[in-house]
Amino acid sequence: MNNLKKNIVSVYQFYYQGFKSMTIGKKLWFVIIIKLIIIFIVLKIFFFPNFLKSNFKNDNERSNYVIKQLTK
Amino acid sequence: MEHVDFSLVDWSRAQFALTAMYHWLFVPLTLGLSFIVAFMETLYVRTGDAEWKRITKFWMTLFGINFAIGVATGIILEFEFGTNWSNYSWFVGDIFGAPLAIEGIMAFFLESTFIAVMFFGWNKVSKKFHLLSTWLVAIGSNLSALWILVANGWMQNPVGMHFNPDMARNEMMNFWAVLFNPVAINKFLHTVLSAYILASVFVIGVSAWFLIKNREHLFAQKSMKVAAIFGLVASFLTMASGDSSARNMAKYQPMKFAVMENLYDGKNDASLTAFGLLQENTKVTDPQKHDFLFKIEIPYMLSFMAFHDPHAFVPGIHDFVNGNKEHGIISYKERSEKGKIAINALAEYKNAKKTGNENVENVALVKFRENYAHFGYGYYANRDFNELVPSVPITFYSFRIMVGLGFHFIALFFIVLYFQKKKKLETNRIVLYTALWTIPLAYLASELGWVVAEVGRQPWVIQDILPTIAAVSKINSSSVQLTFWLFFVLFTGLLIAEIRIMIAQIKKGPESEILENK
Repeated sequence: MNNLKKNIVSVYQFYYQGFKSMTIGKKLWFVIIIKLIIIFIVLKIFFFPNFLKSNFKNDNERSNYVIKQLTK
Repeated sequence: MEHVDFSLVDWSRAQFALTAMYHWLFVPLTLGLSFIVAFMETLYVRTGDAEWKRITKFWMTLFGINFAIGVATGIILEFEFGTNWSNYSWFVGDIFGAPLAIEGIMAFFLESTFIAVMFFGWNKVSKKFHLLSTWLVAIGSNLSALWILVANGWMQNPVGMHFNPDMARNEMMNFWAVLFNPVAINKFLHTVLSAYILASVFVIGVSAWFLIKNREHLFAQKSMKVAAIFGLVASFLTMASGDSSARNMAKYQPMKFAVMENLYDGKNDASLTAFGLLQENTKVTDPQKHDFLFKIEIPYMLSFMAFHDPHAFVPGIHDFVNGNKEHGIISYKERSEKGKIAINALAEYKNAKKTGNENVENVALVKFRENYAHFGYGYYANRDFNELVPSVPITFYSFRIMVGLGFHFIALFFIVLYFQKKKKLETNRIVLYTALWTIPLAYLASELGWVVAEVGRQPWVIQDILPTIAAVSKINSSSVQLTFWLFFVLFTGLLIAEIRIMIAQIKKGPESEILENK
């Protein structure tokens, strides 16, 4: 248990020290965070709903709809 | 499918093309530079020469910038599948899902775990463990590409699946057939090898800039040597994989092959047009002559490229549209009739299932299975067959510019090595400026490779089975148009950010140590 705790702390320290000592990394992280917010929050939620998941309740309804689309 | 909203189809295609092409601006440098960095670090560990450590750290930083800006840009393509291409997403079922899931679990975790060691681990882990991490990042990045390209390869040559008519989904029957699909394997090799060329050109171009500025001579010379050797090896392997790509194309996507060669009427002893100017882009079904304003040909080469036989018959566009009994090619009219039978049989099967009429159900299923190979052509039964022919000029010119640039890169790698050996590279401004200005050309060649692959397979989303007109979601085209421009702004912003951060870092030179502990 002690060993596990020690390992977790050392992994945390490894990442913490690594991120802390970044120079250009700060500018990069700013770009990455803005990008991820735009992609996963703005675009995904407001502009890219999953068409079949949001319009139909289950796979049966989805497959019926797709077959109807493919065969009409 | 009498009425098609072409505005919706075209905007959905344009949006996918835009996001894929922007995404591809980031990917090849990651794939290639990861290996170049791994080679440089190997030289450092083997020789103990501190200059190699300095060189490794500089290129690793540029790799980090490109990786960070490019990461997650591909996820937008998956959003588009769910929103704009929902029929397709449902239809492909787990065939597409499985490789992408493996990519996410295996390759992504491999690269993202060891990338931290690569950047933060200098002086914290042993030299050998650090080197191992760098190699694993390179292998992980390239494995990511493998799974994506397996999915793409399946779309170009659907194998190892079985269509479930109850669920309207393709189900994977043979994972190994999907993984070792000859189109997928070849596509993977050709794509990653060309990415190594791009990264080599990038390293040579940036190093040339240092020499032009009379800075960092040792650093630049050593970097150029590694990149030129790596680029040269990758170039020859790219040529070999390109050769088998041509044979795969002639076998599995012969229309793409004919379009790429502007070959309307099939022939034996077919010559390859090394370069030419197309006369006009008329409708292929018109009985007009489709020829060149001028062309330079290599006799017998096309037959040899396609079938490894200089006298083999290479079918042309007209052979596919009108059929060619002598060579066993059925016409698009016949294929569209068979496809229509498959589509109607699927509808009959579904209705019979609902009403519980087992006899009709069984008969419909047999009819469906017999004609499934032509399923996609059924959507063109009452349409213009010109829609089944990809753009000849775009495919023809893209291929030739890509190949031409490929030879330019080989020449550049040879020239760099030659002048280095003669110790005249630093003073040869023409070579240095050419190297610098070849960087954008490498990106152009890489993008054009995808143009040949993707424009050349139109209108198929899944070869012969599902065309774009049937794959698209029934949504409002104005919403696709809006998100097209949103992506355009977002990706352009990211590209500008990357170029600015990258240029600032290059100008600082290799003394700067970033993204990791000093």
